[in-house]
Amino acid sequence: MTATLTPQLTETDVRRALGTVVDPELDEPITDLGFVRSVGVSAGVVEVHLRLPTSFCAPNFAWLMVSDARDAVVALPGAGRVVVELDDHHDSDLINRGLAADAGYRGTFGHEADDSLDELRATFQRKAHTAAMERALTGWLRADPSRTESAVLDVTLGDLPAGPVTEALRQRRAVLGLPVEDTAPVLLAPDGSRPTAETAALTLRRARSVRISVDGNAHFCRGLLGTRYPGAEADQTPRPSPDHPLLPLEVLA
Amino acid sequence: MYSKDGEDYFVVDAHIALWDARPENQRNVHGKQFIDCFYDYHRNLSPESEVWPYEEYLYQGGERLMRDVFVDGIVDHAIFQPARLAEFYHRHFGQTEEAFALTQAHPEQLTYNHWFDPRDGENGLDQLRADAERFGLKGVKLYTADWHGESRGWKLTDPMAYRYLEVCREVGITNIHIHKGPTIRPLDRDAFDVADVDHVATDFTDLQFVVEHCGLPRLEDFCWIATQEPNVHAGLAVAMPFIHTRPRYFAQIIGELVYWLGEDRILFSSDYALWTPKWLVERFVDFQIPEDMTEYAPLTTAVKKKVLGLNAAKLYDIPVPAQLQLPDADETATGPREPGSADLAMAR
Repeated sequence: MTATLTPQLTETDVRRALGTVVDPELDEPITDLGFVRSVGVSAGVVEVHLRLPTSFCAPNFAWLMVSDARDAVVALPGAGRVVVELDDHHDSDLINRGLAADAGYRGTFGHEADDSLDELRATFQRKAHTAAMERALTGWLRADPSRTESAVLDVTLGDLPAGPVTEALRQRRAVLGLPVEDTAPVLLAPDGSRPTAETAALTLRRARSVRISVDGNAHFCRGLLGTRYPGAEADQTPRPSPDHPLLPLEVLA
Repeated sequence: MYSKDGEDYFVVDAHIALWDARPENQRNVHGKQFIDCFYDYHRNLSPESEVWPYEEYLYQGGERLMRDVFVDGIVDHAIFQPARLAEFYHRHFGQTEEAFALTQAHPEQLTYNHWFDPRDGENGLDQLRADAERFGLKGVKLYTADWHGESRGWKLTDPMAYRYLEVCREVGITNIHIHKGPTIRPLDRDAFDVADVDHVATDFTDLQFVVEHCGLPRLEDFCWIATQEPNVHAGLAVAMPFIHTRPRYFAQIIGELVYWLGEDRILFSSDYALWTPKWLVERFVDFQIPEDMTEYAPLTTAVKKKVLGLNAAKLYDIPVPAQLQLPDADETATGPREPGSADLAMAR
């Protein structure tokens, strides 16, 4: 008789694992974005279907998310055979075949894959940090109208209120290896250096345009997903934003 | 002309199309996917009253275009910005002959811009000269994400592209519109990346570069380049309809653009037939930055007049009645900078 020590895998386990997979450009879990179309678990076989807002979504981002999703599910204890597929994309066949064969990005896309995905990922990790920093500092500015843009230079992590916005910033700093202690200054240039008093306001302004880009794309993609797949809105978790007047930062966990 | 509360606005729609995406023109599944993607944008970002049935969306024809674009006499002038997409559509996506004939029939209301593609090689250079003469071109629309045989995109900095831009210079094409916007298959060759605009704008200071969709997936990169290059402009195609679905986001886009570029280099566009101009103009004239967004100055009537028409009229020498003209604003606090120091700053 064989006894299995691994507990039975459930759909909840799979969804929780998929919750660690982030759309690099939008900096949100694919589960919050509604990109997970279905999860099936039966007799040790896990089958996950993903969907994206358009059939033209950039294949390199699509590949990142789909292969990350597969890695996350395969790593679950008790996961036997794992099938992760991207539906309705113009490169669905190519991506799904490459993934099933474990061919890797270059193996799948061949000569079209000029650059490494690591670089792409790193670029968007930096942008995610910049956007998180701006959210935190804009929240700090709006909390007291007497605070000025140039004053953000001296704000430290310890000055920020506890809550999801600050927590998100700390996490993104940790990913990049930036200091996370309370005395660490919040405002940093894109290369991680500290701006001067002269460039502080401009650095914040540039960070703001990054955050607006990221948020804007998120609105766009979320809306298009709902248009393409009626009912998909129900699968989406509201996006945390200092500009969402109906949702105070504190309630956005 | 549009009038509201005693103010008159001269309106130029700087980006319209006369396309044909009907099934008989679709060359393959990508032709269908492309127009379906457009239709999703249309459905997703339009007010309910402005949503068209899918069949109507595939093709409008000249008569309907004239009605849609010039309804109620709001739009004074509109500019065709066609896309070829020869790999997706048998007779291309933008309908050259039909649009040009319409332009000849209504020369005061329409301007026809054409396209070029450096992957057409030497023959394309001669074709561009011939097109410039036949159509009387003042501008071109470039689609760097377009497919061409094995190629899935090109960059403005490709050596052959430089030769085409030199021909533009030679034949008097001064306005270079480049699609840098929402997603179309770019793979690793990131067709949204606006860095190539930075280079050509520095090397062709006598040409004006209008970045359509203001680089929206990468607004920040676009703003930074545009602050450094005084011959780079923002086209509002696709940004405009957010005024309805996401007014706070729209406020931020327009707030950022005015902050970084100033009020003289932003161009209104409906992106017809993605959307129609009437409701966009009406909404924009009524629009204001929300009060709690203290980081942005309110939009003045002068800013709105410039964005809606005066800026594009200047690029295309479209006559504007004297009483509707406005002087240029001062430089923004952020630039334009000297190209040399700008490139150092970009290196970070």
